[in-house]
Amino acid sequence: MKTLSRIYNFLIFGFLYAPIVVLIAYSFNDSKNRVEWGGFTFDWYKELFNNELIIDSLWLTLQIAVLAAVVATVIGTMAAVGIYSMNGRLKTLMMGINNIPMVNPEIVTGISMMLMFVAIYRATGLLQPGFATLLISHITFCIPYVVLQVMPKLRQMNRHTYEAALDLGCRPFPAFFKVVLPEIMPGVITGAMMAFTMSLDDFVISYFNSGASAQNLSVTIYSMTKKPVTPEINALSTLLFGTVLILLVAVNVRQVRDLNKQKERR
Amino acid sequence: MSKRTAATPFALWMGIFTVVPMAIVLWFAFTDETGAFTTANIAKIWQFAGTYVDSIWMGALATVICLVLAYPVALSISRKSEHMQRTMVMIVMLPMWMNFLLRTYAWMTLLENNGLINQFLRTIGVIGPDATLSMINTDGAVVLGMVYNFLPFMILPLYSVMAKMDHRIIEAAQDLGCNSWQVFRRVILPLSAPGIVSGVTMVFVPAVSTFVISKLLGGSKYMMIGDVIETMFVGDGCDYNVGAALSLVLMVLMLICMSLMRKVDNGEDELGGMMT
Amino acid sequence: MNENKIIELKDIAVSFDGEPVLKHLDLSISDGEFVTLLGPSGCGKTTTLRIIAGFITPDHGDVFFDGKRVNDVPPYKRTVNTIFQRYALFPHLNVYENVAFGMRVQKKSKQEIDETVTRMLQLVNLKGFEKRSVAKLSGGQQQRVAIARALANNPRVLLLDEPLAALDLKLRKDMQTELKNIQKSLGISFIYVTHDQEEALSMSDTVVVMDDGVIQQIGTPQDIYNEPQNAFVADFIGESNILDGVMLEDYLVEFFGRKFSCLDAGFDKNEPVDVVIRPEDIDIVEPVKGHLTGTVTNVTFKGVHYDTIVDFKGFKWLIQTTDFYPEGSVIGIVLNPEDIHVMKKSAYSGMFGDYSSYSEEFDELGDAVAAAEAEEAEE
Repeated sequence: MKTLSRIYNFLIFGFLYAPIVVLIAYSFNDSKNRVEWGGFTFDWYKELFNNELIIDSLWLTLQIAVLAAVVATVIGTMAAVGIYSMNGRLKTLMMGINNIPMVNPEIVTGISMMLMFVAIYRATGLLQPGFATLLISHITFCIPYVVLQVMPKLRQMNRHTYEAALDLGCRPFPAFFKVVLPEIMPGVITGAMMAFTMSLDDFVISYFNSGASAQNLSVTIYSMTKKPVTPEINALSTLLFGTVLILLVAVNVRQVRDLNKQKERR
Repeated sequence: MSKRTAATPFALWMGIFTVVPMAIVLWFAFTDETGAFTTANIAKIWQFAGTYVDSIWMGALATVICLVLAYPVALSISRKSEHMQRTMVMIVMLPMWMNFLLRTYAWMTLLENNGLINQFLRTIGVIGPDATLSMINTDGAVVLGMVYNFLPFMILPLYSVMAKMDHRIIEAAQDLGCNSWQVFRRVILPLSAPGIVSGVTMVFVPAVSTFVISKLLGGSKYMMIGDVIETMFVGDGCDYNVGAALSLVLMVLMLICMSLMRKVDNGEDELGGMMT
Repeated sequence: MNENKIIELKDIAVSFDGEPVLKHLDLSISDGEFVTLLGPSGCGKTTTLRIIAGFITPDHGDVFFDGKRVNDVPPYKRTVNTIFQRYALFPHLNVYENVAFGMRVQKKSKQEIDETVTRMLQLVNLKGFEKRSVAKLSGGQQQRVAIARALANNPRVLLLDEPLAALDLKLRKDMQTELKNIQKSLGISFIYVTHDQEEALSMSDTVVVMDDGVIQQIGTPQDIYNEPQNAFVADFIGESNILDGVMLEDYLVEFFGRKFSCLDAGFDKNEPVDVVIRPEDIDIVEPVKGHLTGTVTNVTFKGVHYDTIVDFKGFKWLIQTTDFYPEGSVIGIVLNPEDIHVMKKSAYSGMFGDYSSYSEEFDELGDAVAAAEAEEAEE
């Protein structure tokens, strides 16, 4: 039974990683053809750094992701605190609004915002599809993730902790920063990380809300897939994948080390 | 100053960028180019009834396959040691960090008539040297692409519900005379129902409404409803009003599917409630 | 204790979502007094405490502190401090920083903070724990940190909200003594909320018994136990047999068709009353010598005594006796005037005091439900 489940897991993980292995392998393939193997090369990595289109959209993607994550984290954390202190119908309404981007098909969210931006542009000449519309749309779909991450942390918190700070003479605003924020921090950080990755990887909503002046990586890749993709993009994804892998392993190792340290101390 | 006021920026932002756009979709769906009220857009939806059915069918198929594939994986992860669980969850999540267009594109490389799988099959002699197993541009390829892309979204919620399950409940069931199958059927399955619901939601909705997977792996001949909506908003033949109507109907259909799903879950819950 | 009233609540009313929680409550607390608010969950005792702390503004009535109206003074400006249910320590700060929190807010000098923290930790026997993380302390130690943290702010009044509820029995007894000692040595007022009657009786100068948003009785522990004002108090504090009776004249009451002399007076002639007889006050004698005779229906060994349930004409009494009478035996009882306590009829008459459904499990079940409710009430 155990071996069976091990083999099964192995097959599933193989399925998940097969295309990634293919991508990485072909980033070193000395042939423009997607299928044939023409020997080992680093050429695509060199060309990657000369491809302005890719580098520009990578840079834009990172900018959008950082900005969207920061703004969404601030608005989302505040929202979680506010909604948590509500009750009854108002709370239900707020959570309902928060759920709209989560349960709606992405394409509907994307086109709904696009229609609004188009309407605003036609009426006022403001918000031409580009950086601003892309950023706004990303912030909008990132906020709910932050709210949903912070909310459970507030629920887990001893409600009296905040009151204890007031009781000891702290004013409400500083009390929040001194006592509440440190406790919900893990949720805030997870929320920010989710927002960042969601923004980084988003295609559907970006596709409808980016103009020719501002295309993120996904949109650029999509336009490239209409023609045969050059292996530069394989090189880029290998680099990105490697970066993420190293970061995740580092974080994981650190967490394990912290855990061991805590055990020793006990 | 009440703590509630902290939610004001949220309420404003979401009101302007989520609720108002939804209203605009509604407005476009029920007007023509001149802005006059019409139901013509909704009437045109009938032309696409077949596409809706196909999309829902393919999405449902992909969802069921995901559920069947993911359940054993999630269960086995949830029973590993804490450290192992973390590592395995990371292994499941890692592919999601790679751009999904690229991953889907890689499947083209694998599935093509001259692709890696066909080459491999020829090499080991399963098919003749000139024969081809046609995989790309089929229904199967599209469903495979969906399963591939959304499988982690099924594994993770299932796992997180299973990991929280109190192990003593399983022991209690065994103590009360359940064999492994009965433990699974009567305890683990009902208790994992919330995970199944959120997993199914997270897979079904994006699968039905996708327009990229069908384009890349299904060729031009497989139009999903997402593709139709896309053509209504991008490119030459675009028609915002019909597109809005299509989106509206898609949204409503998804809401109906989800509430049906919840109903089934609540039925299960009553059963589960009696047992706990 | 002096007669200087430090806190006065006048005609306080509070409702949550239209549900009245406190119904026109008056209460005053003297400087240096140990007052306990005692009652079942949902009786309004925690709400009263939170009004004094400043977390709740009453819908009606006034709160006075040292003679000044403080209804609208926020909690951070009040010179009272609270020990919260389950302590509410700051998990991200160590023991030292938890205790120093209030003084840091007030921007006290480093030296003063250092001195006070050391003194406080000494007071609660936690010397040497300064650098520990609060998450790694035992329940009892966390409790001590909470006490030190509240006292470090030098409050005039300390509010304690079920502070010992989460501790096990042995530790609870020790902490009761310790809290009482701290209160005596500091000479400040303690307002203590609990649903544990034993805790209330053993620690307080004054006990305030509450139910359903109304104060049922205020008095010393002895008063409350010996002279309960109604059936609720009689039943909630200790065990009681409560019977219907008629006050024939001063010092003479009739129940079970028999006249008994008693020590109570001041009722109308032939006024219907509730009669309380404490189970430990009843003397068992041979059937022929008894005022009343009954049959033993249930006996439970309790260590010091036996809980003996006796059927008197269909009404079951609880009698606590050190002698063993087996089930089925017929016994007589003698009631002396000082064993009989007469109360006016109240809304609670007829609700308590019959032991027909008495059983061990039932009692424990009730406790468990009460504990669960207390948790919920915190919500």
